[in-house]
Amino acid sequence: MRQRQVSDGRHRNREFEAFTAGAAGRLLHTATLLTAEAPHGNPRARRLLTLALADTYACWDRLRGEDPYDRARQYLATRFARAAWHQHGGALDRFRPGPATALARLTPQERLILVLRLFEGVAEEQTAALLGLPRERVHTVCDRATATLLHPTTAPAAPEAVSR
Amino acid sequence: MNRQEREAAARRIMERAGPATVPPDLYAQVLRRGGRKLRRRVLARRVAGLLLLAAVVAFTVWALTARPWVEPPSRTTPPLTGW
Repeated sequence: MRQRQVSDGRHRNREFEAFTAGAAGRLLHTATLLTAEAPHGNPRARRLLTLALADTYACWDRLRGEDPYDRARQYLATRFARAAWHQHGGALDRFRPGPATALARLTPQERLILVLRLFEGVAEEQTAALLGLPRERVHTVCDRATATLLHPTTAPAAPEAVSR
Repeated sequence: MNRQEREAAARRIMERAGPATVPPDLYAQVLRRGGRKLRRRVLARRVAGLLLLAAVVAFTVWALTARPWVEPPSRTTPPLTGW
């Protein structure tokens, strides 16, 4: 029994290591886009990635056919949403990195939706369900974020002024 | 510019940032954190299971000794004597 547990653990670690080797680069890119940090100075993104992968490791045996990449991405997104919410409400206003990155102009929510929808290719319904927003809202925010990203000068300063 | 072109352009901007290099100690850190989380979960599940077992045992013992399903002897009717 003990022997089997040990060998199961080893097997799991091997599988998980292969998954990490394959997915970590892409997930780190996603996390870096979310935090809008520079590609080589991204402590927040690295922390997010570590937490997401640790969560995936902890529930590796209970995935039951669920895609581990999906699971890690979900954790990444919800964790980022929560952190952004706390920062937004707290004394430290919105996290504003240097103007080095293209996504730094967007709000955290706009970045999150834009990255999930366009960079990760998650469907509108799934994004809405994941973030607890109506589908129309996801659609609107995604359009607005795309517009702000492509036309930084013509985009209005107050994002609330734009409706669909 | 239609919707698809705009989305493609936004995608290109995001891809352009280039893949960041994964820190070399990532795997070790993930194993440490994830292992801790896993152990904590296993422990919590075990404690919950033990508590449940203890509750079931306590209830069974109480039920067998108190026998709440047996009708208690009536206390209002006087005993029949000299009948």
